[in-house]
Amino acid sequence: MLPTPFRPLSYFWVSFRRTWMSTLSASFFTPLLYLASLGVGLGSLVGHGQRLASLGGEDYLSFVAPALFAGTAMQVAIGQATYEVWGACNPWSGAYRSMQASPISTGQIMAGHMAWIAARALLACALYLAVSAAFGAVKSPEAVAGLAVGPLTGLAFAAPLAAYSVRARHDQPFSLVFRLLMLPLFLFSGTFFPVSQLPVGLRYLAYALPLWHAVELSRSLYAGTFEPLAGSGHVVYLAAVAGAGLLVARRSYEARLSR
Amino acid sequence: MTTSTRVSARRLTKRFGDFTAVDGIDFEVRAGEVFGFLGPNGAGKSSTMRMVGATSDRSGGELSVLGLDPSHHGTQIRSRLGVVPQEDNLDLELSVSDNLYVYGRYFGLPRRQLRGRIAELLEFAQLSERAADKVDNLSGGMKRRLTIARGLINEPELVLLDEPTTGLDPQARHLLWDRLYSLKQDGVTLVLTTHYMDEAEQLCDRLVVMDKGRIIAAGSPRELVDRYVTKEVVELRFPAGQARRAAPRTDGLARRVEVIADRLLLYTDDGDATAEHVASSTLQPVSTLVRRASLEDVFLSLTGRQLDD
Ligand SMILES: Nc1ncnc2c1ncn2[C@@H]1O[C@H](COP(=O)(O)OP(=O)(O)OP(=O)(O)O)[C@@H](O)[C@H]1O
Ligand SMILES: [Mg+2]
Repeated sequence: MLPTPFRPLSYFWVSFRRTWMSTLSASFFTPLLYLASLGVGLGSLVGHGQRLASLGGEDYLSFVAPALFAGTAMQVAIGQATYEVWGACNPWSGAYRSMQASPISTGQIMAGHMAWIAARALLACALYLAVSAAFGAVKSPEAVAGLAVGPLTGLAFAAPLAAYSVRARHDQPFSLVFRLLMLPLFLFSGTFFPVSQLPVGLRYLAYALPLWHAVELSRSLYAGTFEPLAGSGHVVYLAAVAGAGLLVARRSYEARLSR
Repeated sequence: MTTSTRVSARRLTKRFGDFTAVDGIDFEVRAGEVFGFLGPNGAGKSSTMRMVGATSDRSGGELSVLGLDPSHHGTQIRSRLGVVPQEDNLDLELSVSDNLYVYGRYFGLPRRQLRGRIAELLEFAQLSERAADKVDNLSGGMKRRLTIARGLINEPELVLLDEPTTGLDPQARHLLWDRLYSLKQDGVTLVLTTHYMDEAEQLCDRLVVMDKGRIIAAGSPRELVDRYVTKEVVELRFPAGQARRAAPRTDGLARRVEVIADRLLLYTDDGDATAEHVASSTLQPVSTLVRRASLEDVFLSLTGRQLDD
């Protein structure tokens, strides 16, 4: 018999089967377009495609590709942890309400959905990794270990956001989450240019936010320059955010779903 | 509590903030019976059902479901329970059969076993032809039938049905009554809530009447009618606004008289005799109807209000 904690996944899997084609093709073409325009197009202007000391000794394509890897995990997680979580506790879905009537506990509903989001981040990152490898942006086999960074980054964003979304009455605030949270993070976390270019205050702000850690981690794995000390620092940071997020999400789910 | 008790509640209470939705109720559901909660909107029926269904914590009192305490053994209780909530909680985006499949997986049923079970339940809900349709495209009554069928996926020993037939057409309702009756024949215990007197009378072995969070009467449908009303009722209809004025002239014609809008209800043990007395009196109603007393009358006599006020 399927153990109870895994049972919510049946729901997400069956829903996913309806839309997998569009999901997969989006996860394939989006990185293709980004890498072609930013990595190759813009990259040909930045240092004429040469390695630059200011980019940590990388050419622009190799600099930006791992950052987009981390950004992919973040985007998937934020999309799922806002509209999908909110939808799952609303009348037209009934997903959470049905699970509640079954042996599945509230904590397992939360954990199940987070596990699903982590799996979706992993899937998108795997596709991204393949596409970026085809562009020649992957320099080291260590990049495969980056596949673990995808779900970890995903959870660091998904868990705290889900804690918010599950209690949200309306879905309007989510567009603000995208514009005021995701977009600035995506643009200024050392993704498209090194954080050293930022004013000091903003630089420390970038250090304090999760995406920068995910970007740094991915970059070191893509380039094969992973250092255990710095690397584990990033991992611990992301895991701490994810863990704290899960604790808060747990309480949020209990509050929203208990009646 | 004995081994034949499936649900037992003592001083069971549910509060939402300062508001008390269920106010210290006592009841016991025995194995194999159909037990009903009857009451107007807001009486606390659904709040009670959710506590019994182990999806809502009680605020006070004692509750035992299948011999277990829902606040500690929610998972075990829910795995043996069938729940049909008042509001359908189907997934509108998924197909009819996927809704059954996914729900079955929540109960840990293996894929192979589910295939047969889904076919049976589609048959039960008369939705076999619609198996591949998106639930969103079903009519309200079809959704209701699917929700009911889905609640039976785990072959529960206790089924909670919150207003199961609301939204069903008369034919579907009678069919469901038959199906519920056959579940009972199989030894399944049923707890249901309803607004419908005829439903309670048809299905329930015993029931409680709830109002404002309290139980105001309990017994079999027959007992309640015997205790709170007479065997028969003579309904007299009057032109608008005249029923109340006619009421005093019914003195001596019936054991008790109620005024409901433009009608007078005369409670009597011999309806035909009373109707004859009415005919030879100065009352002159627009129409006269003799009928058996129902739970509607019980509710009216207990509260002075109609059930759907
Ligand atoms: N989650 C909740 N928060 C606050 N109040 C609630 C909540 N659920 C129910 N109530 C209140 O508790 C009271 C009883 O509600 P309940 O749904 O149990 O009634 P009911 O007998 O099922 O009514 P109906 O026949 O309309 O379904 C109502 O006044 C309702 O507003
Ligand atoms: Mg109700």
